[in-house]
Amino acid sequence: MTDVNSATATEGKLSGGARTKALVAAGIQKRYRAERRFRMYGLVAIVSALAFMLLLFVNIVGKGYTAFVQTEVLLPIHYDAAVLDPSGTQDPKELHRANYGKIYRDSILGLFPDVQTRFEKRKVTGLVSSGSGFEIRDAVLENPALIGTQAEVWVPASDDVDMLIKGHIDRNVPEDERRLSDQEIAWIDALDAQGRIATKFNWRLMTAGDSREPELAGIAGAVIGSFLTLLVTLLLSFPLGVATAVYLEEFAPKNRWTDIIEVNINNLAAIPSIVFGLLGLAVFLQFFELPRSAPLVGGLVLTLMTLPTIIIAARVSLQSVPPSIREAALGLGASKMQMVTQDVLPLALPGILTGTIIGMGRALGETAPLLMIGMVAFIVDVPGGFTDPATVLPVQIYIWADSAERAFVERTSAAIMVLLTFLILMNAAAVYLRGKFERRW
Amino acid sequence: MRDTLHSNMETHTVDVKEAVMTAKIQAMKTNVHYADKHALKDVTLDIREGEVTSFIGPSGCGKSTFLRCLNRMNDTIDICRVSGTVLMDGEDIYDPKIDVVQLRAQVGMVFQKPNPFPKSIYDNVAYGPRIHGLAANKDELDEIVLTSLERAGLLKEVKDRMDAPGTGLSGGQQQRLCIARAIAVSPEVILMDEPCSALDPIATAKIEELIDELRENFTIVIVTHSMQQAARVSQRTAFFHLGELIEVGDTEQIFTNPEHKLTQGYITGRFG
Repeated sequence: MTDVNSATATEGKLSGGARTKALVAAGIQKRYRAERRFRMYGLVAIVSALAFMLLLFVNIVGKGYTAFVQTEVLLPIHYDAAVLDPSGTQDPKELHRANYGKIYRDSILGLFPDVQTRFEKRKVTGLVSSGSGFEIRDAVLENPALIGTQAEVWVPASDDVDMLIKGHIDRNVPEDERRLSDQEIAWIDALDAQGRIATKFNWRLMTAGDSREPELAGIAGAVIGSFLTLLVTLLLSFPLGVATAVYLEEFAPKNRWTDIIEVNINNLAAIPSIVFGLLGLAVFLQFFELPRSAPLVGGLVLTLMTLPTIIIAARVSLQSVPPSIREAALGLGASKMQMVTQDVLPLALPGILTGTIIGMGRALGETAPLLMIGMVAFIVDVPGGFTDPATVLPVQIYIWADSAERAFVERTSAAIMVLLTFLILMNAAAVYLRGKFERRW
Repeated sequence: MRDTLHSNMETHTVDVKEAVMTAKIQAMKTNVHYADKHALKDVTLDIREGEVTSFIGPSGCGKSTFLRCLNRMNDTIDICRVSGTVLMDGEDIYDPKIDVVQLRAQVGMVFQKPNPFPKSIYDNVAYGPRIHGLAANKDELDEIVLTSLERAGLLKEVKDRMDAPGTGLSGGQQQRLCIARAIAVSPEVILMDEPCSALDPIATAKIEELIDELRENFTIVIVTHSMQQAARVSQRTAFFHLGELIEVGDTEQIFTNPEHKLTQGYITGRFG
């Protein structure tokens, strides 16, 4: 304003177009500077956002990529018939109960004949995972002909050995400050020198359920749990959300009641998710007595949480359908239902789908409400149905992040990588679907 | 019904006999309120069968509002309230017994801005016949679509690309597609709300020509801002001002010898 005044004073004699030209010339540099500044702010914001994202990814991938391989030890296993099948009947029940721990313990002790004391023997057998017995058992149950034979078998190393091989345990720190003693490291090096130690792709991470032993723990249970939970959520929240949005937007009379409902839906979207968890605990578990820790209940709770997101997204995309299309349909004598199903919904669908996928993405990453309904339990088995006890990926991350073993650090990061991959895939699907449906016209 | 109608007519209109002979739509004391705004005041008007009636008047005079009363499109506006009587073929279209879907199948509408569906040209024209179940089979539907496009003067231009999106046509073609879409339902009346206001002069000329041809089979009501257009295409003209019907008569008479000063002022461009 002062600029204009001073300009008027100095350029007072000029009139009309000349005066406008002079005033514009005086201010033009300032305008361009403001624009340049604004662009700079934007650039800085984007660069810093990208930098933080990169930092996050580098950190997670850097910590987690080693979890995709697992150190294994090659043991000369003797499937001793005297231990496994003393009665000689090959009865599966007998075979199931046999002492497989003795098999692998004898095997590794056989590699170190000098070891005599009980204490040292325990240390030596501790170099391989206690899960090795189960793996030998599964192999025998699958093929009882193995009994009585000998074979070289790869079994998982214990998590401490794994950490040493992957370089997460530093040999240079004093002995009393590290998890492995000098003696144990010497044994490991001896095994390594014989070519009995190797790192292999960690199939257990992908196919196993949770375990207290990091080298045996996998995310399969959590992935299946997440899938079942999200399936329930999608099947309930999509039809309910779209129906609600269509009714409110196209059919409901605009009065005080619909206003109240609208305000409440918007409020629902802002409610902290843990409150939904408490609601689920009180209603689904206490009142309806549904099973604890089940994907069914998890899905119900996440439906409550996702519904408002879908309703709001669906209403916005319904509103953005041009009124001219509605008029065209009504003008031709379409009933309201025909107008909605044939014209309005198809046009609103890309937006509804995007909103739904974003809502599902949020549900996939949700932890707090599921803690309340018991999905935080330690569950070893991979769930087989909607009422089996299960956990979900983010809760699995939470459980592992809370575990003391060094080897769970990389597994936590690996689980995060898997979760992020799913989220990125879902968002990419949202972008793809939107593009696909909009390109049609 | 005819009798009560007759007595009503005598009280409200001047040319009773002629109206009863040929009136397709008769509006009597029609009022429209948008919330507190009295948008249309006591309009009493006949639309004659087989003629083009044009509504003229300055912006906000209520001509579009009145047009939308004739197929109850005002129903879709929540705050809009219509009172009075609108008879079509002697039946009150605001009677609760009347189904609005039925009514709109008889009274088609073409809007100010061309609004084809984001579907193919074929599906646009087939939309009405499909929702009303007018065609028994695919061949009949094809027949209806082709005839409608032909009558709308669009067939030559689009017959090779019936599957192309209707939204990809030019503005004038889109509007003719909308007209084809409206006549595919075989309505009795076609309402046109400033159908040429978004079109260039050449497209406008084509639409005007089309309106003239359609007059043979349909009763047409057109709202327009162009007085030349009203003079060119219509047989009867009604002049609206501030929600009131000021004058209605033969187009020639309205433009050469208007009875009302306001009409004279408007058509000579002194206000509006």
